[in-house]
Amino acid sequence: MKKIRNFCIIAHIDHGKSTLADRLLEHTKTISERDMQNQVLDDMDLEREKGITIKSKAIQITYNYKGEDYTYNLIDTPGHVDFSYEVSRALAACEGALLLVDASQGIQAQTISNLYLAIDNDLEIIPVINKVDMDGAMIPEVTDQIVDLIGCKPEDIILASGKSGIGIEDILQAIAERVPAPAGSPDLPTQALIFDSVFNPFRGIIVYFRVLNGSIRKGDKVKFINTGKEYEADEVGSLGLGLIPRKEILTGDVGYIITGIKNAREVKVGDTITLVSNPSTEAIRGFEDVKPMVFAGIFPVSSDDFEELRDCMEKLQLNDASLTFEPETSQALGFGFRCGFLGMLHMEIIQERLEREFNQTVITTVPNVSFHAYTTREKDVKIIVNNPSEMPEPSRLDRVEEPFIRAQIITLPDYIGNIMSLCLNKRGILVNQNYLTPTRVELIFEMPLAEIVFDFYDKLKSSTRGYASFDYHPLDYRLSDITKMDILLNGEQVDALSALIHRSRAHDFGRKLCEKLKELLPRQQFMIAIQAAIGAKIVARETISAMRKDVTAKCYGGDISRKRKLLEKQKEGKKRMRQIGSVEVPQEAFLAVLKLND
Amino acid sequence: MPGIYIHIPFCKQRCNYCNFHFSTQLQHTASFIDALKVEMALQRHYLPPGSVKTLYVGGGTPSILTPGQVRDIFSSLEATLEVDIRNMEEVTFEVNPDDISEAYLRELKDAGVKRLSIGIQSFKEADLRFMHRAHTMEQSQYAIEAAVSSGFDNVSIDLIYGIPGLSHEEWVAHIEKAVRFGITHISAYALTVEPRTLLEQQVRHQKVPPLDEEQAAVQFELLVRTLAAHGYEQYEISNFALPGHYAIHNTNYWKKEWYLGLGPSAHSFNGSSRQWNIANNALYSGSLLQRGKLQHETEQLTEADNWNEYVMTGIRTMWGLDLQYMNAHFRESFLEQLMKDIVPLQEKGWLESTSERIVLTLEGKLYADRIAGMLFV
Ligand SMILES: Nc1nc2c(ncn2[C@@H]2O[C@H](COP(=O)(O)OP(=O)(O)O)[C@@H](O)[C@H]2O)c(=O)[nH]1
Ligand code: SF4
Ligand SMILES: [Mg+2]
Repeated sequence: MKKIRNFCIIAHIDHGKSTLADRLLEHTKTISERDMQNQVLDDMDLEREKGITIKSKAIQITYNYKGEDYTYNLIDTPGHVDFSYEVSRALAACEGALLLVDASQGIQAQTISNLYLAIDNDLEIIPVINKVDMDGAMIPEVTDQIVDLIGCKPEDIILASGKSGIGIEDILQAIAERVPAPAGSPDLPTQALIFDSVFNPFRGIIVYFRVLNGSIRKGDKVKFINTGKEYEADEVGSLGLGLIPRKEILTGDVGYIITGIKNAREVKVGDTITLVSNPSTEAIRGFEDVKPMVFAGIFPVSSDDFEELRDCMEKLQLNDASLTFEPETSQALGFGFRCGFLGMLHMEIIQERLEREFNQTVITTVPNVSFHAYTTREKDVKIIVNNPSEMPEPSRLDRVEEPFIRAQIITLPDYIGNIMSLCLNKRGILVNQNYLTPTRVELIFEMPLAEIVFDFYDKLKSSTRGYASFDYHPLDYRLSDITKMDILLNGEQVDALSALIHRSRAHDFGRKLCEKLKELLPRQQFMIAIQAAIGAKIVARETISAMRKDVTAKCYGGDISRKRKLLEKQKEGKKRMRQIGSVEVPQEAFLAVLKLND
Repeated sequence: MPGIYIHIPFCKQRCNYCNFHFSTQLQHTASFIDALKVEMALQRHYLPPGSVKTLYVGGGTPSILTPGQVRDIFSSLEATLEVDIRNMEEVTFEVNPDDISEAYLRELKDAGVKRLSIGIQSFKEADLRFMHRAHTMEQSQYAIEAAVSSGFDNVSIDLIYGIPGLSHEEWVAHIEKAVRFGITHISAYALTVEPRTLLEQQVRHQKVPPLDEEQAAVQFELLVRTLAAHGYEQYEISNFALPGHYAIHNTNYWKKEWYLGLGPSAHSFNGSSRQWNIANNALYSGSLLQRGKLQHETEQLTEADNWNEYVMTGIRTMWGLDLQYMNAHFRESFLEQLMKDIVPLQEKGWLESTSERIVLTLEGKLYADRIAGMLFV
């Protein structure tokens, strides 16, 4: 146990975490150079494309320090605000953290929010300035920022480059020297923290855990304390580049367990594993049932494919327990599912996975947050509204509450003004302004979640030329004047285009939405009227004139390929159209709300 | 019946609607012709020997060439590709009214040209100025007279409708004027705003109002009815001819015949792949003259691509989609799908079908692109 070190790397996105992890694995010969794919720890296709780490992974490294072999468990953490609970559980499995800061960017929002999580979990922080090979490296400034932030000595900071290999050996030594060995006891009843799980089509769910006390052996009967379920440990082992079966995972170590679980929902990240034979009565603190933050409908393009879609959603949920869904019926779109996501990125990932891995063409509707509504009849009974259609009629409605979050934004002092006006415009309330260093200011706002889930991050980036970073956490529900806005196409209400929106925004929103729909709806052989309504009152209107012809003049040798491709593209787009009444509505139109200010 | 297309990539000035490839740097004509000869040598085996039946010289503006240059190109073509221009079924040459005289046309005839295609576009001066054409209305008229008097009996003219300010009456008058001149073939196009054209900029900067679709639709119907009344057949959406005067070369594009395109931006097709030359005169000529290399791209066509192209071009013709041809060339599942796809279109009155073919109705012709897309696989 004295030779085990459990650590993670915390960093703002793109500060080079995955690259550094690769270098550590390579340097310790955990993987041969030949096997080295860049960024081995992010192994989903999508992750690689989006350049973010979605699911945590762990890997064991053997490192020889002063003639003795140490076992290092490197636990990778997701890098996006949508997944902050998973980050917190991964941190709870460690004793130390490498705090990675990009030498040219300095401290950013996730550096700080992850640092706070690490400090909450009593982790030993090893500060690292990364990418020192870059021309724009500002080592003295970033050193000052880090010293100010964590109160370390400048000489504690390691200078490194995951790209060129500078400082890798220093980091590996510092882990042995500075990260404490695990502190648990082999004699206490077993407690192991689940910090991640993955779905393997052949083995079922593979659960990753960190043993705090006691141990887990192959063949043990185990119990998951929070779910209360019991299983047999068919296989336990450590995590190399693949799975390495072992007889037993001892106190302090990290490993995996396979029990034949088929559904990811049975495994809750943050849960505690104990033994049935000598159970611990205590769960490890910090467990939360993660709740979805954003809801949207997912519908098959053709309603015949509903059952197939259900099948795919179920399969998807097997390895993504944070996805929730239940059947939903829309007049416009037929049968589909109301799905809950951790955030917009999560929603995008799910949609893309449905299309890529399951070959489903789907229509995703306008996302909304979860509101609480109360009726005049039963003023104390909370109705959870995840769908505009669930909002009680105005005549019955007593009040509505909407979720608020605490937003943390770190930027340069120059951009404070822009950010203030952006956030105030999004109904934010400034609660704190704090100079972390003379050139880094932290702004804390309380804001409605609904205002940030859509385009807030993009707006923030553009109003600060990219010099702002952002993180948020849920706060509470607050009374709010929310109203339902409906869209009518040729007089027919399209439920899938309804949105719940703050009354102060409704007119402006209705007008913009109509304008956007006018752009997105293809012209047809008849006129189309687009109207936005609150209750019976029309607040905005646009019309699309009838199409009189759709034929190109020429079609000779040189035009044929180009024209074929154009028509093929249109046909592809048509596959995602839904017929609503007489009007054909393309998929993008259902997400028009997200693009209102483009 | 394979054909050869030669692209002459020069014009005196740019018409506002045009997105064809050309340059106004006429001083490079000579080096272009040299390059063209190198290309002929490189491509001499593209088409099966002895198969070529049509030649089409288009542009750009082929009539910027001197008769000597035309003869030079023709004799190179005959020598290198072993074709006999005089014995071809059709040899078309595009001319612009401002370039031609009776003498010039006689020389073309001597060189072997059998058919003229004259870029008239309009008989109204204001239209010609609006479109930034290089010729006047008098020149348009004179060009046709010269064509007839120099002995061409196979003359095609281009006309454009849907021009802002062109009334329905004026449009019908243009058509009737062409008929009175005894023109045997008319290509009539609706003015369209193409990307990367002067017109597109004019519309974007609100110097020209967006084109009126209603006007174009009405004028299209007037066109069809007027010419039908005078005995012309609409053998393709934009092409009308007196019986027996169909453009053979162009018709072959719609029948998936082979063709070799020479010159910058020209396309070639050999049944399974299509290739197109770089659309840049300097790079085209430079590469051929300095390195003996033709800069081009190639695309292999799948069965689905071929189907889609056949549908897209075939549906525009009066012969429509030939079911027997399709049966012979495409898998059965494509045809089965087709039979399902046409049902709603027939109900709309856009298509008519017999056991032999599927053709567009007059109304369907207004939506030919949309319809073709629906019949794609
Ligand atoms: N110059 C330089 N670039 C780096 C270094 N480490 C990572 N990068 C680049 O920074 C980007 C983000 O790296 P990545 O490891 O994916 O960051 P992550 O989001 O923290 O996992 C990639 O383009 C890397 O190539 C480094 O040490 N030096
Ligand atoms: S003459 Fe023909 S090719 Fe040249 S610019 Fe005018 S339309 Fe285009
Ligand atoms: Mg990464």
